[in-house]
Amino acid sequence: MRIALFVTCLVDFFRPTIGFAAVKLLQEAGCTVEVPRAQTCCGQPAYNSGDRADAKAIAMQVLDAFEGYDHVVAPSGSCAGMIRRHYPELFADDPAVLPRAQRLAARSWELVSFLVDVCRVHAVAARWDREVTYHDACSGLRELGVRDQPRRLLASVGGLTLRELPGAETCCGFGGTFCIKYPDISDKMVNDKEAEIVATGAEAVLAGDLGCLLNIAGKLHRRGRWIEVRHVAEVLARMTEEVPPIGAPR
Amino acid sequence: MSEAREEILASIRRSLNRSRLDAARETELRERVAVHRRNLVPARAAALDDPGRVDLFVAMAEEVQATVARVSSPTAVPEAVARYLAAENLPADLVLAPDPSLDDLRWDARPLLRIRRGRAEAIDAVSLTPCFAAIAETGTLMLISGAVTPTTLNFLPDTHIVVVNANQVVATYEDGWDRLRTGGGMPRAINFITGPSRTGDIEQRIELGAHGPRRLHIILVDDPQKAGDGENK
Amino acid sequence: MLRGKGMLATSGTFEANARAGLANDNLQRALALMRSGFPQRRRLAVERLPEFEALREIGKSIKDHTLEHLDFYLELFEENVLASGGQVHWARTPEEACGAVLAICRSVDARLVTKGKSMIAEEVGLNEYLEKNGITTVETDLGEYIIQLRHEPPSHLIAPAIHLMKEQVADTFRAEHRTLDPERSLAEARQLCDEARAVLRPRFLAADVGITGANFLVAETGSSIIVTNEGNGDLTQTLPRVHIVMTSLEKLVPTLEDATTLLRLLARSATGQEFSSYTTVSTGPRQPDDLDGPEQYHVVLLDNGRSALLASEFQDMLRCIRCSACMNHCPVYAAVGGHAYGWVYSGPMGAVLTPSLIGIAEAGHLPNASTFCGQCENVCPVKIPLPKMMRHWREREFADKLNPPVYRSGLSLWAWVARRPALYHALVELASRALGWLGRGRGRFRTLPFANGWTAVRDLPAPEGRSFHSLWAERRKGGTGK
Repeated sequence: MRIALFVTCLVDFFRPTIGFAAVKLLQEAGCTVEVPRAQTCCGQPAYNSGDRADAKAIAMQVLDAFEGYDHVVAPSGSCAGMIRRHYPELFADDPAVLPRAQRLAARSWELVSFLVDVCRVHAVAARWDREVTYHDACSGLRELGVRDQPRRLLASVGGLTLRELPGAETCCGFGGTFCIKYPDISDKMVNDKEAEIVATGAEAVLAGDLGCLLNIAGKLHRRGRWIEVRHVAEVLARMTEEVPPIGAPR
Repeated sequence: MSEAREEILASIRRSLNRSRLDAARETELRERVAVHRRNLVPARAAALDDPGRVDLFVAMAEEVQATVARVSSPTAVPEAVARYLAAENLPADLVLAPDPSLDDLRWDARPLLRIRRGRAEAIDAVSLTPCFAAIAETGTLMLISGAVTPTTLNFLPDTHIVVVNANQVVATYEDGWDRLRTGGGMPRAINFITGPSRTGDIEQRIELGAHGPRRLHIILVDDPQKAGDGENK
Repeated sequence: MLRGKGMLATSGTFEANARAGLANDNLQRALALMRSGFPQRRRLAVERLPEFEALREIGKSIKDHTLEHLDFYLELFEENVLASGGQVHWARTPEEACGAVLAICRSVDARLVTKGKSMIAEEVGLNEYLEKNGITTVETDLGEYIIQLRHEPPSHLIAPAIHLMKEQVADTFRAEHRTLDPERSLAEARQLCDEARAVLRPRFLAADVGITGANFLVAETGSSIIVTNEGNGDLTQTLPRVHIVMTSLEKLVPTLEDATTLLRLLARSATGQEFSSYTTVSTGPRQPDDLDGPEQYHVVLLDNGRSALLASEFQDMLRCIRCSACMNHCPVYAAVGGHAYGWVYSGPMGAVLTPSLIGIAEAGHLPNASTFCGQCENVCPVKIPLPKMMRHWREREFADKLNPPVYRSGLSLWAWVARRPALYHALVELASRALGWLGRGRGRFRTLPFANGWTAVRDLPAPEGRSFHSLWAERRKGGTGK
């Protein structure tokens, strides 16, 4: 299958390793992967801020750049959810564009659920000796139903023990612009999340969205907790040696 | 206020971008209401046979802190009442709904029970009423107001005792509505009562007896036709 | 004008309200209790009913059907109320609603009014209005009674005093119930409940008029339905001479069977109960042979902006059955509590409804203070797409230029650059190199210019130092294909 990788703005800027991990996993699953150059953002910041015009303009760019692939895969439930669930809504009143948006939406996926549900990858040949806990990012969970798939793949990682996080499904407080607009409330939410992570006794916390991970890592480190924070793709793709955990010194 | 009425209706129609529905559509909608079709009904109680339904009713009622005593025939009811009041250390004074079905019970066999009939007053501590139906689905009593069933009996006293006949136990609320509709118009009040009064308003902790009865005791008569005696324990 | 404002709002100071809530230790303890209580109970109740999901869809369609024919069902409802001997008062605004209630009270020379819980009464500021007109009103729902004594608004849809710990309630009772023995113990919830029961009983008995709300109105029979656990709503409507139902247009459902479907959803979604202790269907005043019951039955039907929501992008909000599941599961509500929202309705449903009733200019913060985590929509028994409607409010704000200018220009700039990929990639590469270099030692930033909103409370992880796109381009040129 011919896959186009939707890198996401956060992965592009903060942590390219996640993008390379995604490519590796997709290639090992038998896909050819291309990265359209004319991609920047999915438009969610504008969309969630009520700026439909800018959101549409950015989305048009995405529609153009990602035309013609079998599937589009993003290492983020948030961006994949934007395309899959919200692009059709964005163009609901635009009959000329709507069919294209619907087609793209139908072909767009979050990475781990794509591997499991479409590529039928049910195990990875990876090893990572860690006690790990997992945070379910909201968009991936509730917009795209990503819950069992990462757990399934993590279960196949040698040496890895998963300790379920109580409140795994509770929002970490990132919410894109929310954490900047309402920092006090965001802080409370991420404090609660940090306390729950620490209480599991896990050595590492994983998730499928870099926004959540930056938020969680930032809070853990501010509180002096040296729990490893990584994107689940890094573990599944055996790339944990290539880059330190999020927020750790090189 | 009719100016308000007209303006509100006009505003609704303006929002819905139409004028008043035409006669044909109105008739259709009235039909729909008249048919009052059942929506999806949970299978929980509907699939059970009679004894199963009664058992489910008892189990669900007990789950919400109603107490249930089963007796084999109506003649056992006065004794069951007397025993309950003694066990709960309550005075043997009660106010009864002036319902013939209760009058027919052999209260003369329990002369120490001081019985008044009528609506409840502030001083009444214990009431006894019949019910219209008992909903097995959730252990809920369906009581209706009427000439012989005043509503105050259900709420003013601290202890409310309800006599339920096994043949009054129905599976679902819809069955209750069917029974009600055979009888005539709507009563002023239909009380669906599921357990005693409670509140969780203080630190989420459930306390019984907020304003309504602290105790709800159900005396379930397994065979209402039986003229025998004795309790089924 | 079909809108007005009864209860005064402080939604405009949401940020300060929220900060106060976050700093309030009692509130935080109370919210922790809520978070560990309601969601768990709801989940158990839902698991116990296999048909729950199917019922949600049916409940949604019952409400949608009714709203699409609301004028018809309102007229049918009124017809049946009148046929049963009741009266209907149509109120466009809070002023008209309050006026209708006052007129009824005056007509029977009422001095004392008891109230079951009614959010519509809160919305129109009924208590203050009646008090101003010389009529004593006493809340009887325990939570409402407590906040009435404390002169506070409700902080939750079904548990108005949820923000209080029992010590605070005890303090209030000691201060207000002055005829009782000062030495008495009020350490336990049991004692507080018993005291409230004893204090309020005489009020129930003495009331001239009883006012309740209505969870549902049934067009088929002209009935109103209340869903309670305490029994106060029933004592309120049965004992006095007059029963007034304060309600609003969208509470209507066509038939008793339709109400039953929604009732199956309501208690489970609200408290995790199979059914509330008392669900009462009231139709008209006492009938000729009845031994008790009110002599008069009045329904005050409030619009206050609801008819304007029909067929708008906010129509779905009118499906709300006031269960409170959304706020019970909302992490923002759980952080700041209900008072932060500044008006009658809080949590996600408040974030959507409040701007439509008091205006987006004043209530703008409410739909913005959300991460769109989606849990509210997930648990809504009638599938209201709450985040979507919050986003619609944000669209209206954006169109009306109500956002802070800094924010708007930041967004515009981002969008402008994002639409120019070559420029975007160059800037991202530059910035990630710069920031990556700056943070190379520690791997994170404790402070960063322009990022104080973030770094005030958390570190910012440093970027790896190269952008993905530049690395990808390099590696492809280098022929590794990776």
